Amino acid sequence: MTVTDAPPAAEPADLPVRKASARKRLVPYWLLLPGILWLLVFFALPMIYQASTSVQTGSLEKGFEVTWHFQTYWEALKEYYPQFVRSLLYAGTATLLCLLLGYPLAYLIAFKAGRWRTLLLVLVIAPFFTSFLIRTLAWKTILADGGAVVGALDALHVLDVTSWLGWTEGNRVLATPMAVVCGLTYNFLPFMILPLYTSLERIDGRLHEAAKDLYASPATTFRKVTFPLSMPGVVSGTLLTFIPASGDYVNAELLGSTDTKMVGNVIQSQFLRVLDYPTAAALSFILMAVVLLMVTVYIRRAGTEDLV
Amino acid sequence: MTDKTVHTGKNAGGGDVRLTGISKSYGAFTAVQPLDLTVPQGSFFALLGASGCGKTTTLRMIAGLEEPTTGTVFLGDRDVTDLPPYKRPVNTVFQSYALFPHLDIYENVAFGLRRRGIKSVKKQVGEMLELVQLGDKAKHKPHQLSGGQQQRVAVARALINHPQVLLLDEPLGALDLKLRRQMQLELKRIQTEVGITFIHVTHDQEEAMTMADTVAVMNGGRVEQLGAPAELYENPRTTFVANFLGTSNLIEAEVVEAGTELVVTAGGGKLRLPAERCSAPAATGGRLLLGIRPEKISLAHADDEDTIATGRNKVTGRIVDTSFIGVSTQYVVDSPAGGALQVYEQNIERDTRLVPGAPVVLHWNPAHTFGLDATQAIDAGVETVEDAA
Repeated sequence: MTVTDAPPAAEPADLPVRKASARKRLVPYWLLLPGILWLLVFFALPMIYQASTSVQTGSLEKGFEVTWHFQTYWEALKEYYPQFVRSLLYAGTATLLCLLLGYPLAYLIAFKAGRWRTLLLVLVIAPFFTSFLIRTLAWKTILADGGAVVGALDALHVLDVTSWLGWTEGNRVLATPMAVVCGLTYNFLPFMILPLYTSLERIDGRLHEAAKDLYASPATTFRKVTFPLSMPGVVSGTLLTFIPASGDYVNAELLGSTDTKMVGNVIQSQFLRVLDYPTAAALSFILMAVVLLMVTVYIRRAGTEDLV
Repeated sequence: MTDKTVHTGKNAGGGDVRLTGISKSYGAFTAVQPLDLTVPQGSFFALLGASGCGKTTTLRMIAGLEEPTTGTVFLGDRDVTDLPPYKRPVNTVFQSYALFPHLDIYENVAFGLRRRGIKSVKKQVGEMLELVQLGDKAKHKPHQLSGGQQQRVAVARALINHPQVLLLDEPLGALDLKLRRQMQLELKRIQTEVGITFIHVTHDQEEAMTMADTVAVMNGGRVEQLGAPAELYENPRTTFVANFLGTSNLIEAEVVEAGTELVVTAGGGKLRLPAERCSAPAATGGRLLLGIRPEKISLAHADDEDTIATGRNKVTGRIVDTSFIGVSTQYVVDSPAGGALQVYEQNIERDTRLVPGAPVVLHWNPAHTFGLDATQAIDAGVETVEDAA
């Protein structure tokens, strides 16, 4: 080994290393490519197409043309705002119910289930083994007039209260707002439980001990430590429930009546029955904008970016 | 001692921690054998032992995080055995600190005060953060702090409540050596300043000896020996303590003469030790384990044997290994008396003849010899010994 030998020997050895590192730098892009292509073809292009549809005028016979007719938005909103409000109300109620039902269950699975944990988790996602449609149709039977559930609710005078609130009609549950909200709650409950479980399960058990050690009763420990630390799960759970629920039309279609139509039903009928594509596209964009705005405000308020 | 009136607050005069007949079993496994222990008020008490010896379980029973299977926990005269942790005037510094990640340092420290309904916490939190030298970090989140800083927050968060007893569960385990030494002194300083009883759980014998007034050495769910660090070191009563605290040379010997001074034979030579330093019953013909600490032994070349003063214990041997540490040199000497003996010699005047292979004589003052019961495992506690430098 001489000193003069070293520099020339180092250079050729350096080249393949540099090539390899260049290849390494490209790896993330290669990994991204399939996803980007997918999004481009199945998300970005349809979005652009729908955006252009929403500002077209014309009819199916004469053909549609882009005329930058933004009034469609205003007219759609004017005509269908009750369905918008209803969608947000139903989706919001269903989300709240999911949270109230899902949190205790997620808490139980995360902290108290022990060896039953896996079984319970499987049970949570078990409904997914059956079609969404079949399950929703099953609720038609469950809530059928004169069925056991309605009979029991009637006997307990629950229906008197819900009818007074306008949630049900007389001794009927099917084809009322309550039926739609029940369907939504049922169908989206797993989407609430799973993120809640994940964030609860990640909480270090020693934090509970530390809180107890620092004079926090079990209730205070929950309020001051467990719940704040589960906020990421609460936020993602509510988003995963609220966003799809607000655009859902299957539950309103199968369990509701004409008075419980949600914006999803309107969009569906505009597209497939009325064949008024611009209005349908405009409604879709309004829904998207409203949801996006609400979600942004919500995430800001929840302040989850502060959590580790 | 220190000005206690300033800090002990409403829990002043509480008294000692007393554990009577306390034990903990998990099914068939007994983590802590029935145990009686008294920790005097205001003392710095260490529970020392290898992992799995029951020291943490004992601590958690005092905190109320673990329910004892049998026995009673007293704080002063008050039986707190059935009190939940949030009703005990006791606070814990957890091994992993367990700081609340969603709260900043200020709120972490204020947590205990707020839970007890104290509204104006600002002054106290400020003072406490000053005590642990973290005044400028109040608005930081725990994950923005280094390990040592998090550790100090954990101490502040517990101490601010002026607990009757502060429990420390291996609080320095996650820190590197230098920081650990620094925090040991820091904790000792804080303890002297606030005068609260500290019960410190550790597996580090050096940490226990530097910090604590009293050390309880635990092994297999029992307290092997309890006493002041120097007392434990000089007069170990079991082979576990002899080996776990520092290093001991243990030599199997037979008693030939019993009296106020015991004379024993080991490897053909006669050795003596004071009878009061023998924790086992000694009768002529009985067997003993004779112990001597490596630093108490002097080393002479075999040629100089005549210069050794009479009356000292002498053992011959041959050097098999030497390692130069700086302040001292460590020798391993193979001896007919008892296998490989360790000798630490201060590097004052180095004898260049003391190299591996050299015949040597080990000699020491008989008063430094201790005797142990020979029925115990001679190497108990050895494998867990860390660098005893």
